[in-house]
Amino acid sequence: MATTTTKPETLFGKKIRRREDPRLLTGTATYVDDIKMPGMHHACVVRSPHAAARIKSLNVKPALARPGVAAVFTGADVKDLGPIPCGASLPGLRTPHHHILAQDRVYLVGHPVAVVVATDRYIAADAVDLIEVDYEVLPAVSDPEKALAPGAPAVHPQWPDNTAFTFHQEGGDITGAFAQADVVVKQRITSQRLIPTSMETRGVVADWHAGDKSLTLWSSTQIPHLLRTLLAGILGMPENHLRVITPEVGGGFGSKLNVYAEEALMAFVSMRIGKPVKWVESRRENFLCTIHGRGHVDYFELAARRDGTMLGLRLKLIQDLGAYHQLLTPAIPTLSVLMMPGLYKFKNISADIVGVFTNCTPTDAYRGAGRPEATHGIERMVDILAAELKMDPAELRRKNFVGKDEFPFQTATGLAYDSGNYALPLDTALAEIDYPALRREQQQARASGKLMGIGLSTYGEICAIGPSPATPAGGWESATVKIEPSGKITVMTGASPHGQGEETTFAQIVADELGVDIDDVVVLHGDTAVVQYGIGTFGSRGTAIGGTALYYALQELKGKVKKFGAMLLECDDVALAGGKCVDERTGKSVPFAQVAAASYRAMKLPPNTQPGLVATYFWEPPNFTFPFGAHVVITDVDRETGQVSIRRYVAVDDCGKIINPLIVAGQVHGGVAQGLGQALWEQAVYDENGQLLSGELTDYALPRAHMMPWIESSHTETPSPVNPLGVKGVGEAGTIGCSPAVVNSVVDALSHLGVRHIDMPLTPEKVWKLIQGARA
Amino acid sequence: MKRTIALSINGKSHADEVEPRLLLIHYLREMASLTGPHIACETSTCGACTVMLDGKAVKSCTMFAVQADGRKILTIEGLATNGKLDPLQEAFWNEHGLQCGFCTPGMILTAKQLLNDNPNPTDEEIRKSIEGNLCRCTGYQHIVNAVKAAAAKAGA
Repeated sequence: MATTTTKPETLFGKKIRRREDPRLLTGTATYVDDIKMPGMHHACVVRSPHAAARIKSLNVKPALARPGVAAVFTGADVKDLGPIPCGASLPGLRTPHHHILAQDRVYLVGHPVAVVVATDRYIAADAVDLIEVDYEVLPAVSDPEKALAPGAPAVHPQWPDNTAFTFHQEGGDITGAFAQADVVVKQRITSQRLIPTSMETRGVVADWHAGDKSLTLWSSTQIPHLLRTLLAGILGMPENHLRVITPEVGGGFGSKLNVYAEEALMAFVSMRIGKPVKWVESRRENFLCTIHGRGHVDYFELAARRDGTMLGLRLKLIQDLGAYHQLLTPAIPTLSVLMMPGLYKFKNISADIVGVFTNCTPTDAYRGAGRPEATHGIERMVDILAAELKMDPAELRRKNFVGKDEFPFQTATGLAYDSGNYALPLDTALAEIDYPALRREQQQARASGKLMGIGLSTYGEICAIGPSPATPAGGWESATVKIEPSGKITVMTGASPHGQGEETTFAQIVADELGVDIDDVVVLHGDTAVVQYGIGTFGSRGTAIGGTALYYALQELKGKVKKFGAMLLECDDVALAGGKCVDERTGKSVPFAQVAAASYRAMKLPPNTQPGLVATYFWEPPNFTFPFGAHVVITDVDRETGQVSIRRYVAVDDCGKIINPLIVAGQVHGGVAQGLGQALWEQAVYDENGQLLSGELTDYALPRAHMMPWIESSHTETPSPVNPLGVKGVGEAGTIGCSPAVVNSVVDALSHLGVRHIDMPLTPEKVWKLIQGARA
Repeated sequence: MKRTIALSINGKSHADEVEPRLLLIHYLREMASLTGPHIACETSTCGACTVMLDGKAVKSCTMFAVQADGRKILTIEGLATNGKLDPLQEAFWNEHGLQCGFCTPGMILTAKQLLNDNPNPTDEEIRKSIEGNLCRCTGYQHIVNAVKAAAAKAGA
């Protein structure tokens, strides 16, 4: 372990209030829509109202005649740019050419057809209504299983079976496992389409500088450097002529881990009109044109012995891809396969994915990205098996957990779980609620006609994504630390936080390692002209990989500081403490500012040492990290209305070592809210023509304050051996652990009525019908 | 077509010619150059645009600028006095009541109205009062803690 974690006076593990907050609390932070520039124009995008149609004609003249309209561009203007990239590669993957603007055909509602540029956003919006598009409407398909049926409308005419790819993965001896089984339980389980809904929609400002043929692009993104590289490719521009800046970003949850048409389109527009241009997504556009998440239909079969020993798991996974591949679309369900054994030690799995085109918004990474779907599946299946075997669901889990002395544990899906003690969070959570007493209470409740459920999920997740061979674009992260000539410290991280608080967490790491005041540290991110190349913030990687890169950069820097300190103190070695270099033999010391000044003034240099105090480190992780935990949910179901009430929500999460408990708690709460949203309320609903019916916040049930239960959150701390900080990551844990615990609880409440499974969201209507069905 | 409006924003007088259709949120952001009130839904469901109009929290995406003629507006930028944060701002900071920060200005002003009306709210009253303000990051728990802490400090 790093010494930082054990020194009593360190900031590691302390509730430090966030250093990014003052600007956010006073309304002075700069999000994309806050950027104003002289001569800036505003763009509005004309979008298809149809899910599938041929564009017969397009008349932009009435729009161009509107005073204030500077330009209108259509598919013909941008046909040579692009395509919008997909970074995922799978054998035999069919990838439709994804133009920035539709050419002669549209494939989904919201498909961009033209862009209007005007001096004012009201004029641009007016002019959108003046553009005449004549569509020949074609049949569309929005349900992935219907899309696979013979005779379904072809989303892309060249691929009439609507199949983008099939993928098979197998581990161990699945046939043998099922042959040995005393019992096999089967269930179709869906993970419905969700809309990520960051509070800030996407937005782009592009500013072309004709003089030096360079472009500055502000975008609300999670991946500034990758965006720059990929955008340069789309535009055919040298990468070093492009600067991407992510100002304040108002949430992402995976939806901004992408490269979108509008980013390339605004760059193109600015180059054509020679002025800066801004586009800010409306919420309606955000629901139609920013990626969705989930969209699974899963068929599970779990084989077990009569004594509860799980032997093997089969999965047929139908992934609704939508009409196009965005950056990682086809790769997301492969993460589900990796995670499908959960925390259990059975070694036989088989998975078949079918990736299906539909005339819908592309799916891609949304908080958890493939892992919530897998966890929901295995945790539902374990409960279904427990019911079949009449075993206690907690006992069945304990029986099958990977044991705490079996790490590193090789899974049937090819992973090496780093560390864990899987029974501990479960036992902690069950003790917290007094499980035996609750089971007795449940018996009494049933006897008096009340419906009460106790649901568990014991989840694992794949975090710190992740070693480069497992990613499409490199899975390392970078950090630079500079001690400025005045002794102040500047960090530049390749991570791109957007609410996760790394300006604080990283400053804590620096303060501990260098022994300086946290107020002397500034953390910069999100500007490709300022920060060395980086990967970005997603997949619970910011601290586990970005923080580790920073840790190693600090070790290098400390070495150099010590050399200068020893030179100034005229000794062999010094210690760093309290913002000083100290000669421990004599007690003499020299403050950092003086060491820094000497290093830059460079009147004298230590042997083989360059002037200045800067260190950069690119850290390649040797493995993922594997956080885990147990969530326990107690529900009461109203027999007359089907309404589910959460009486208690207990989350015991193990994300390894915790740097800032305040921030970690916030991540857990927010994650649970999104998991609960999926379990109870949220759903992207399409009609059979591919119209998104839940297309505004008025129709999409996002959790509100009065809908949320109190979350009783606590932690066990099993350090990760993968990095010297011992951290694992916590961004997605709440979401992954939540939904199966809630559904297990409601199914448990209704189990004596013969209910075995309910698909999400657990709307009162759905639950009420099940209760009524049992009565009939 | 344009109308002249005169109003006070954060204690300063403003007079501007506006189109009658101009939404108050666009007036505040585009003409009065404020960055605190945010736009996140355009349908008055999310509350990111909340400002105080004559002491009442309102959603500025659902009002025209001309309707604010002659009235007093307080936005998040005007909440701190002489550089000292309002107790609610301080409490949101201490309790980690924000992550991405996009909903925060509206959330704080709605909470401000609550505490003006009810200085000692229960958890349930806090949750009920902020239900018109969406936050996608925090799960609301730390926001509830922050409002409670601000109330406790004011009562102390």
